[in-house]
Parts: sequence; C-alpha cells; structure tokens
Amino acid sequence: MHESAMLSLKDVTKTFTMHLRGGVDLPVFADVSFDVAMGECAVLAGPSGIGKSSILKMIYANYRTEGGAIFVRDNLDGAESVVEIAKASPRHIIGIRHRTIGYISQFLRVIPRVSALDVVAEAATAQGRPVEMAQADAGELLTRLNVPEKLWDLPPATFSGGEQQRVNIARGFIADYPILLLDEPTASLDTANAGVVADLIEVKKAAGVAMLGIFHDADIRERVADRLIDVSEFSAVTKSETAA
Amino acid sequence: MDDQPLLSVTGVSKFYGGQIGCNDVSFDLYPGEVLAIVGESGSGKTTLLNCISTRLEPTAGTVEYAMRDGRMSDLYQMGEAERRFLMRTDWGFVHQNPADGLRMGVSAGANVGERLMAIGQRHYGNIRSEAADWMERVEIAVGRIDDRPSQFSGGMRQRLQIARNLVTAPRLVFMDEPTGGLDVSVQARLLDLVRGLVADLGLSIIVVTHDLAVARLLSHRMMVMKSGHVIESGLTDQVLDDPREPYTQLLVSSILQV
Repeated sequence: MHESAMLSLKDVTKTFTMHLRGGVDLPVFADVSFDVAMGECAVLAGPSGIGKSSILKMIYANYRTEGGAIFVRDNLDGAESVVEIAKASPRHIIGIRHRTIGYISQFLRVIPRVSALDVVAEAATAQGRPVEMAQADAGELLTRLNVPEKLWDLPPATFSGGEQQRVNIARGFIADYPILLLDEPTASLDTANAGVVADLIEVKKAAGVAMLGIFHDADIRERVADRLIDVSEFSAVTKSETAA
Repeated sequence: MDDQPLLSVTGVSKFYGGQIGCNDVSFDLYPGEVLAIVGESGSGKTTLLNCISTRLEPTAGTVEYAMRDGRMSDLYQMGEAERRFLMRTDWGFVHQNPADGLRMGVSAGANVGERLMAIGQRHYGNIRSEAADWMERVEIAVGRIDDRPSQFSGGMRQRLQIARNLVTAPRLVFMDEPTGGLDVSVQARLLDLVRGLVADLGLSIIVVTHDLAVARLLSHRMMVMKSGHVIESGLTDQVLDDPREPYTQLLVSSILQV
C-alpha cells in the first residue's frame, strides 16, 4: 500500500452465487485496483448496475470480498496499522467502523423513539465527543441542511423522505472518520441542499479525509470529484462483451 | 478494545443418542458484544444456548468464562455452588415465556428484589427502592410494584423479566426468543429497551431467535444454524446482506417485506 494512501484496492473481484437459482454465478467485476489518498475525493463512475455500490459495501465489509484484497489504514489510539478488510475478524471490523470508516447513504435506518437531534449527536458521542458539544454540532448541521428546529425533538420515523435523508447526512458528517464512503448522498435532494452536501464534503477534504463516493448528479460530481474511477473498465459484463 | 473474551466456547457438541443436538460449535464472545444465533425450529439453537448457559451438560467441548478477577474458568469443571452463584449474579437468562422466568404468584417488586436477596442484600427499604428503579427503567409504572405479574400484559411481563435479570448488574445475559409471542409494536418497544440497556450497561448478550429482523436490530454478529451445525457466521449485516450459504440465502429471501 502506497504511503499516502488511506485506502487501497488490489485486484478486487466480486461474484454473487445465487443458490436459489441453481447456484448460478453472477460476476460483477474483476481485478479492481485503485488507491484513495488523504484529502482526496475519488468518485466511482459508470452506468447503474455495474457494481459501484458493491465496491463501497465491500470496503465497509457489508459485502464479502472473494478475490483480491482491500487495505485500510487504521489508527487505534495512535497505533497505526494497515488492515486487510476481508481477513479482519467481525470484532475488528466493528472497531474500524467505529473509528475509521464512515458510510453515508441516502437511506436512514430509523431507530424508534430517538429524537432527530440525538440520532445525529449519537454518532459523535459514540466517538467520545462530550454530549453538549455533540448536540450543539448536531444542531448546527441540521440548520445548515434546512431541517426545521421544531422537528429536532421528534423521532425521524414520521419525517418526510427528504427530511430523513438530511438527518442521515448530518449523522454521517458529524463524526470524525478519516475515511468516508458516500453512496449517493445527494440523490433526490434539491439543488440548495445538494450544494450544502458539497460544502460539507469540501470541509472534510480540507481536514484530510479520504473520500470515495458515487454521485449521479453531474454538477455535484464535477464540483467535488478530484478524480473519476471508471468502474466499467473492471466490469465483468463489459469484459465478456469485449472478449466476445 | 478489551482483548480478553468474556466467554470462550470450544468444540461444544450435544448428542441425544444418535441424534445431533448441536455439533462442534466454537466461538468467542467479547464484552459489550451481542451475538444472535438464528435458524429454524429444530436447528439446535436452543440446545446450544442451554449447553453454553450450563442448563444442559454438553457431550463434548468446553465453555470458559472470564470471572470478575479475570481468570478464565471452565464452567463444567467448577463446583455446583460456584456455578449457581454465577448464574444468580453475573448472568441473566430471559425466557421466551415470562412465566418460566418469573414467579407469577408474588408481586412484581418481589420478583425483582428476590435476585438482590439471593446475593445477600437484606435491607428491605433498599431492595424495594432498587426494584422500583428498575421497574421505571423498563417502563413499568412504579404504582404496579405490588401487583402480581399474572395481572400484567405479555409485554409488561417480558419487561419485568428483563428487570429481574438486570438488577444484579450481570455481565452476560442469555435470551431465548425474547420477542416470541409479542405483538409487533410491543416487540419494537422491547427491542428498543434492550438496545438502550446494551449501550448504557455494556452488556454482552447471546440471543436465540428465528426472527432475522430481531437479529438485525439487536446483534453485532450472528451464527446461522442448521441441523445442529453452524453453517455460516460473521457480522450481522454482512450475513444478511451478502449471505453465502444456500440455506442462509433461503432464510434471507424468505423475510416478508413490509
């Protein structure tokens, strides 16, 4: 793994085996290799269905990695190490998700009976930020994302889809992760709020966070991407078509 | 990160004559972790839970537990008295049917207070106030402290059972289908309560459930059992979102979508 890289993929391959359909293999991509450096926002590009989201999920260990290796630079109380995600124990992964890798999607997993402000603040208190400070930070983020203050004390279960999404984005950005995975965080946001997300990404970039994202909105992508990684180059589908 | 496991299970098997209850199960559980054991009825998950919690002696294998002084102790090598003391103080066991874990004929307060008396507390006022505290934590009106659990709803009984188990500040709690038989809204409230307690108290839990939604909401890790064998294990969201084994794929694809 290169010295400046926070995240490194080497010959990563993904195939889903569908046992309910007679064990048919669905190859998604093969031999994906790239690095993401500190303070860089790399964006995965390519048509839908090509496996962009699967790459993010594999880095987060939400999906398994069958071939190749994913390396992540971890830092536990000042002790640096390089962790190979697919070989790490579940317990190790839980620790890495707690301190090193954040994952922001457009979907909020609603926790019943917890207020919007606490849903956001919890992500910071879990990393050790004092409660008052975390709540103040949460309020600031919710304000920037135009979530009206009268909603803060309510659980987001009853919010509109857009409001839930913005609560989730606030939750994702409040914590201090050195690596952030952004799975279409701006999908279905209006231009003003998408612009706020782009601002937040720039703040993280300036703080040295390594980011890997998917953005379908061309304007946002243009604004935040330092580099595009074309996933269709690695696609199993494209490859077999080329071979044929 | 705590590097010593709280519980270490090695090669645990239980055979009933020629029948396999569970076969060669090994895993470590760390402080603060919630492990779900999932599978259909008859898959061996309850047998495994009983073997681990000293309710059923395994045919083979060892179960070691980190005592409060830090030494690992083999549960089936320790004396009966020591084992019972452990079960009463450092462990909890939440049954599917609250009637199996509560004394239905005595008051709610006595049900909670009894565990405190078992560890030597004698001051009536203290016991009662601690019982009242715990009833409040599990969201049962303190005014019901002198009522018997037979007068409670199913959800309240289950919450009372949890209070009874947690009053001694256990480090490890076993749960056997804790939400089985409860209405969905009552289930949600119970799961939410348990999640909060795990976060606040740093409890470790081993929960047996056939309900994958319960496993997803509560657990960090899961083991999938079939015919007495653990066929797949790992991070809960990984096993559910990218299941590898045919049987796990079948289970996951059988979840009803709401």
